[in-house]
Amino acid sequence: MPQPYAPQPAIEFRGVTKSFSHGSGRRLLMLQLFRQLAGHWKQSAENPFYALRDISFSIDPGESLALIGHNGAGKSTLLSLATRVAEPDEGEVIVRGRLSSVLDLGAGFHPDLTGYENLTLNASLIGFSREQIAACTPAVIEFCGLGKFLEDPIRTYSSGMVMRLAFAIAVELDPDVIVIDEMIAVGDDEFQQKCLLRIRGLRERGKTILLASHNLPTILEFCDHALWLDHGKVKMQGQAHQVVKAYKSRASM
Amino acid sequence: MQSHLSPEAAAPRWQGEYRFALQQLVLKDFRSRYRNMSLGIFWSLLNPLIMMALLTFVFTQVFPTARAAFPVFVLCGIIPYNFFALAWSTGTASLLDNTGLIKKVPVPREIIPVASVLSNCLHVFIQFGLLVGFLLAYGFTINRYWLLLPIIWGFYVLFIIGMVLATSVLNIYVRDMRYVVESMNTVLFWLVPIFYGGEMIKPEYVEIYSLNPIAALVQATRNILMEGRAPAFSLILKLSLSSLTVLVVGWTMFQRLKHRVYDYL
Repeated sequence: MPQPYAPQPAIEFRGVTKSFSHGSGRRLLMLQLFRQLAGHWKQSAENPFYALRDISFSIDPGESLALIGHNGAGKSTLLSLATRVAEPDEGEVIVRGRLSSVLDLGAGFHPDLTGYENLTLNASLIGFSREQIAACTPAVIEFCGLGKFLEDPIRTYSSGMVMRLAFAIAVELDPDVIVIDEMIAVGDDEFQQKCLLRIRGLRERGKTILLASHNLPTILEFCDHALWLDHGKVKMQGQAHQVVKAYKSRASM
Repeated sequence: MQSHLSPEAAAPRWQGEYRFALQQLVLKDFRSRYRNMSLGIFWSLLNPLIMMALLTFVFTQVFPTARAAFPVFVLCGIIPYNFFALAWSTGTASLLDNTGLIKKVPVPREIIPVASVLSNCLHVFIQFGLLVGFLLAYGFTINRYWLLLPIIWGFYVLFIIGMVLATSVLNIYVRDMRYVVESMNTVLFWLVPIFYGGEMIKPEYVEIYSLNPIAALVQATRNILMEGRAPAFSLILKLSLSSLTVLVVGWTMFQRLKHRVYDYL
């Protein structure tokens, strides 16, 4: 279908900076508290640590972008901003469409609730309606393969089972945008293959994917573009294979 | 892509349904609290009954007070107080208890403390049933002023939500908030007319008492249930104004502090 104008990006970062206060001294905390009560939350207390500095990029609908970089480069902070759980100090984060995420897996589950209950709770808090959840539930059940275990409390699950459920919820709720952190650690080999297949399916259905991973072959397979973060700044951004190549040569030095 | 009105138009931060999300959170609180208990929901009856028996024993046998229907009288005080104390302490901890959710979904933060207060409301309904049972057993009758109860209790819930909004978000920055709340609850047990009546308060303190929504609510509830009369208009006015003030202050604090909740969790 011809587009009268270029589609708007599904995710857009415009000059985004995010700082955290360094340390947690009592005086500093109080200072931060009073500053915010006075209405100046954007200024971080003295001695801020900049997790991200002036980040700009965009992902068009249906595209996939990989984040690469060493531990502490700011990947997780960037993902937390993209999922809107954290707010930037400066700049703007714009997301168009419904977003679901697989961050550190299982977070957001309540141990005493059953798998089903956690599924509904999680989905309602992501922003899905009762009807949407009802429509997706069979697919989640099918994908996670947990069967009647879904009627047991999550605390009785193995960590692999929790991950299966978290991943199933994230991919089967039919989001427009999906954010994935280190998904390669999910479950056993068989389930990993299933996840990869599913991500491929999401791509084919035109979903937008933002993925952070250390697994370079996976990135090459799934992502059109890549963004290399280094100490909170963009080191390089472009075609996935070029960025990965540069990252590899740098890493082996 | 759907058509957007302006090129700047982006999806709001969160596009879910408030009521559905709130309902799910209340259900979660409820299920997680009672699923592993042998007595379950009966705990919400047991606690006021024990307090009622204890206070009745002390104030009829140890320090005898000439007051008719003391169990009913004390229940009118203990139910509102318990509601406040429990909702305030669980509400204060609510953001911290839901760290996992806050770090995963961009659900509006204020839903979490509000849900925590609302999940305590069901206890109040059950305890109120207990109170009605005692009222009828002691020969009190239902009167038309009962229609005022939903209004004054409504303001009371708003007051508690205001308190919880303020302390839950403060608790993220200053983790000892929890202990402040616990100490305050102990202080309030004595400063709210639970086992003594509003008429025993010296005139110089009456003003302060009536500005405390908990004390005002206990007074008004007793007026209606036990004395069969409407509470003084000034009492209802003070209860509603102080409740709304607390709500506005709590809401404002929450809005200012919520931006960095993620950072400090």
